[in-house]
Amino acid sequence: MDFGPHLMLASLEGAVTAAILALTAMGLSIVFGVMRVVNVAHGEFYMLGAVLAWVVASMVGASPALGFVAALVVAPLIVGCIAVVADRVILQRVEYDPDRTIVATIGLLYIIQQTTLMTFGPDARPVEPPFNDRLALPWFELGESGFEMFWPWGLSITSYKLFVIFAAMAILTALWLLMTRSKAGLIMRATQQDSETAQAFGIPVGRVYSYVFGLGAGLAAVGAVLVVPIQQAHYLMGHDPLLLSFIVVIIGGLGSLPGTVIAAFLIGMSDGIISVFFTPTLAKIFATLVVALVLVFRPQGLLGRVER
Amino acid sequence: MLELKDIQAAYGRVKVLHGVSLSAKSGEIHCLLGRNGAGKTTVMKAIMGLVPLSAGSVELDGECLSDLPAHEVPKRRVGYVPQGRRLFPELSVAENIDVGLMTCDVSADTRGWVLDIFPPLKDRLNQQANTLSGGEQQMLATARALCLRPQVLLLDEPTEGLQPSMIEQIRQVVVRMKSEGVAILLVEQRVDAVLSIADQVTFVENGRDLETVTAEMLRAQPEKLKLHLGV
Repeated sequence: MDFGPHLMLASLEGAVTAAILALTAMGLSIVFGVMRVVNVAHGEFYMLGAVLAWVVASMVGASPALGFVAALVVAPLIVGCIAVVADRVILQRVEYDPDRTIVATIGLLYIIQQTTLMTFGPDARPVEPPFNDRLALPWFELGESGFEMFWPWGLSITSYKLFVIFAAMAILTALWLLMTRSKAGLIMRATQQDSETAQAFGIPVGRVYSYVFGLGAGLAAVGAVLVVPIQQAHYLMGHDPLLLSFIVVIIGGLGSLPGTVIAAFLIGMSDGIISVFFTPTLAKIFATLVVALVLVFRPQGLLGRVER
Repeated sequence: MLELKDIQAAYGRVKVLHGVSLSAKSGEIHCLLGRNGAGKTTVMKAIMGLVPLSAGSVELDGECLSDLPAHEVPKRRVGYVPQGRRLFPELSVAENIDVGLMTCDVSADTRGWVLDIFPPLKDRLNQQANTLSGGEQQMLATARALCLRPQVLLLDEPTEGLQPSMIEQIRQVVVRMKSEGVAILLVEQRVDAVLSIADQVTFVENGRDLETVTAEMLRAQPEKLKLHLGV
């Protein structure tokens, strides 16, 4: 394949990675932004979402589409509820102290991971995509008689991967509307900016924290449900999304939602392109190098604000 | 009537209030005077439930506020203008007002009523709060508290760092609220401002109330100011 179509193919793979990463990192970013909690267990909520998607899809069983839709609704809800309980039982007890929450969420990581292993076993579990047609993509080149369209062999994407990109965009738009146009979003933003004053205006900060923790975990689970027809569900699959989410959140600016989306796009695309042209390991090295450079030259991230 | 009965409070292990008692009646301005670090702001926070009490109680018309979770206190129509304004800096003026309006069930005309009290805010509704001038920020902090249609209003140094015309505007609002029957608890450093509008004055020192006198008596015996404040 020529370089142009090859680059387009790599970019599409990168867009799928970016879409999933944006959803997952957004959960981490919201939790840090509102609660100032560094949630080390975030990758395990992602993993739990994927495993529960397999459980729900297997239980429904009737048709792949029905099973997938059920998983998309049920798995994030269950994961969100588990996160709410974890917040009330663990994080509230340590009073959201920054150091203790890191240790507490490390503990939560192992509890979720090992419970999943004991309950569902170590095998990787596939979920069938609701649809998976291969769509050939055209390429244009300037020939002797002007622009010509042709269909390079191998330049294609599946309909499911396109769906993942558009579904992620739709969910992120809905999240943006929730944060900026709804009463719940106003409450979350007020709590983020000054939790003590928020309480002085009737906002139950403890309850807001619980729901935000649930929302963050739910977003990771949505990302996982979308990815599980592409990658299989496995009890150790939470590590990479956690690392990449931290990279994205640090590059975007801790707590900045637009920054998170931009960084997810940059890291996702670079991951896809470098993985296709070189190796996935080089892609991770590149992402880590970008984080190091951001921390040295712009510690607040692309759109983060300097704390005064 | 707001009543503080021998309240004691601490920040972690550091005990700040060692016993403060006072009461503020409807249509009365009750001032807290004291040196820096005396515990005046902590008294305000303790009333709001933001600092837990280790002893004593805060009651409003017989209901014990100190037994309620902090977010329930403002729902009893206790409005709070914190020291340093404490606006939600990245929310717009309209959104800051919305947070105030969400606190209690208030009538639909409350937004208009508040904006009529502070007309300059009408032109700034879409502006981010941290881009307002100091005076406008104080107006917004006061407007946000008035959105509760308060029966008790706590004002912690509302004139701090303001120009004289703005101080006069805030003073007029406080006097108006008093005439509308609101019980007002005011922390203020400017003794002249206190003497001109207060009904009662409580001197606070080292986390204790030393003496409560009428403003009238204080005007007649200014030596008490020297005794308690050194001015």
